[in-house]
Amino acid sequence: MSLDPATVRRIARLARIGIDESDLPALQGELNGILGWVEQLNEVDVEGVTPMVGTGHAALRTRDDVVTDGNCRDAVLSNAPDAVGPFYTVPKVVE
Amino acid sequence: MSLTELTIADAAAGLRARKFSAVELVRAHTDAIAALNPRLNAYITTTSDAALTAAAHADETLAKGEARPLTGIPLGIKDLFCTNGVRTTAASNILKNFVPPYESTVTANLLRDGAVFVGKTNLDEFAMGSANITSAFGPVENPWKRNGDDAALVPGGSSGGSAAAVAAGLAMGATGTDTGGSIRQPAAYCGIVGLKPTYGRCSRFGTIAYASSLDQAGPMARSVRDCAIMLQSMAGFDARDSTSVNCDVPDYSAAIGRSLKGLKVGIPAEYRAEGLSAEIEAAWQQGIAWLKAAGCEIVDVSLPHTKYGLATYYIVAPAECSSNLARYDGLRFGERVEGPTLDAMYEATRRAGFGPEVRRRIMMGTYVLSAGYYDAYYLKAQKVRSLIRRDFTESFQKVDVLLTPTAPTPAFAQGEKTDDPVQMYLNDIFTVPASMAGMPAMSVPVGLGATGLPLGLQLIGRPFDEETLLAAGSALESAAGFTHRPAIRAEGAK
Repeated sequence: MSLDPATVRRIARLARIGIDESDLPALQGELNGILGWVEQLNEVDVEGVTPMVGTGHAALRTRDDVVTDGNCRDAVLSNAPDAVGPFYTVPKVVE
Repeated sequence: MSLTELTIADAAAGLRARKFSAVELVRAHTDAIAALNPRLNAYITTTSDAALTAAAHADETLAKGEARPLTGIPLGIKDLFCTNGVRTTAASNILKNFVPPYESTVTANLLRDGAVFVGKTNLDEFAMGSANITSAFGPVENPWKRNGDDAALVPGGSSGGSAAAVAAGLAMGATGTDTGGSIRQPAAYCGIVGLKPTYGRCSRFGTIAYASSLDQAGPMARSVRDCAIMLQSMAGFDARDSTSVNCDVPDYSAAIGRSLKGLKVGIPAEYRAEGLSAEIEAAWQQGIAWLKAAGCEIVDVSLPHTKYGLATYYIVAPAECSSNLARYDGLRFGERVEGPTLDAMYEATRRAGFGPEVRRRIMMGTYVLSAGYYDAYYLKAQKVRSLIRRDFTESFQKVDVLLTPTAPTPAFAQGEKTDDPVQMYLNDIFTVPASMAGMPAMSVPVGLGATGLPLGLQLIGRPFDEETLLAAGSALESAAGFTHRPAIRAEGAK
């Protein structure tokens, strides 16, 4: 599996990472290098093997449906790059 | 002996016996940081004033006879653990001004037990790297030197700042996190002990996430006993981490020096891999001989899927990373770069905020999770991961612990191995399989190689059997008598 420049552009777009046209050749080469290397997994017979999701040491647990935290609006907002009053700001998304 | 050369165990005893005060102990370390950190770059943020204030409180506690296990002990904290009111960067530009309004569980546990934090240690950006060269705050220099050569060596990664700080005497111990080897490999490169506990042993709450099914916090220190003391404090159930495991925390120090008579030690054939240096092969054979002399039975075992660990890791970890790092959107925290539209703002923010390795891993993860490729890459990797775990589970029916090298070579120079990401990934070939399986593992320094650099051996144990690692690790430590110290260290520095 080899990625062409259009696919690299599409992945960057999906990941919301801006790239310049001048980045493309190097990025394409590096990603293809890694993908070519992981192809070795095709040697492994995984017929009937259950995929491992997490390490399975902890069982999912429930807790009481009660408030455990809150009343810390200023702390939550304290790292906002651009807050106005008690609000986060975002660029205009609807014209 | 200089205060910066003591172990945590000896310093705790010295404080209780009033041989020196906590202020003296902490000041010795903050002075060492002032003298050596400009060169080593082991800390991103230092908190010397707060540390001295905390040390004065520690002296009051000691005077009242109310000392806790770590009262007055200066520790470095990897800059991936959120510390309340102290900047926490993950070594990334995107978090360069992030000040958490809360404390991670692991650091809260250490503070509860009296530890004094002297600063936040450098790391690879978001813990993604094996040489501590991807930090937005510059590389860390390994305090060790090759014989007759002043070239700056890498400390390993990602917990390279923690390893360098502990080795050089800029902290008595430090926290690390390990996703594919990030505690054990830098511990080996810097001649210290590093323990990655079982997945679920230490809470991940408040630790900035890289790959959540792998990330695990653990101690780094200059002795096996010191790691036991730190782990005692760091470990335990936490309701705020859904993968935290609710089982008792044993008395880890009690395992130090425990008899190894009859302990079965497995030697996996597959770790005799291509690229294993002769000096590390020799150290491994020496380690086998020492454990045999301590009464262990040596058993040859096979972990046939070892060679697929790295490729599996470089699908699973980037996939989880692409998902975890989606939160850096320039809105709620972190840096923002403005753009004319919401998407343009996201793209500009993430382009400027993340370094090349992080961008590469996010893109790899995005690709392997994308429609049409999920089954071929991600699902396949999860299945191979099951086989890697099965290898360990089957081995642990025959043996109690495994002994392997920690890394295929000693520390290399800054600038080496940087052209090809895959070459860099190969440093973690021996550490990744235990991470994939969630098993506890520890690196112990056992000697110096031909060029005068420390070599580490890795012990891998059954889930939640850190005690056997500590018992076998302390036997290796006693047999090796590793008292070598790096060229650059606090003792004698001005």
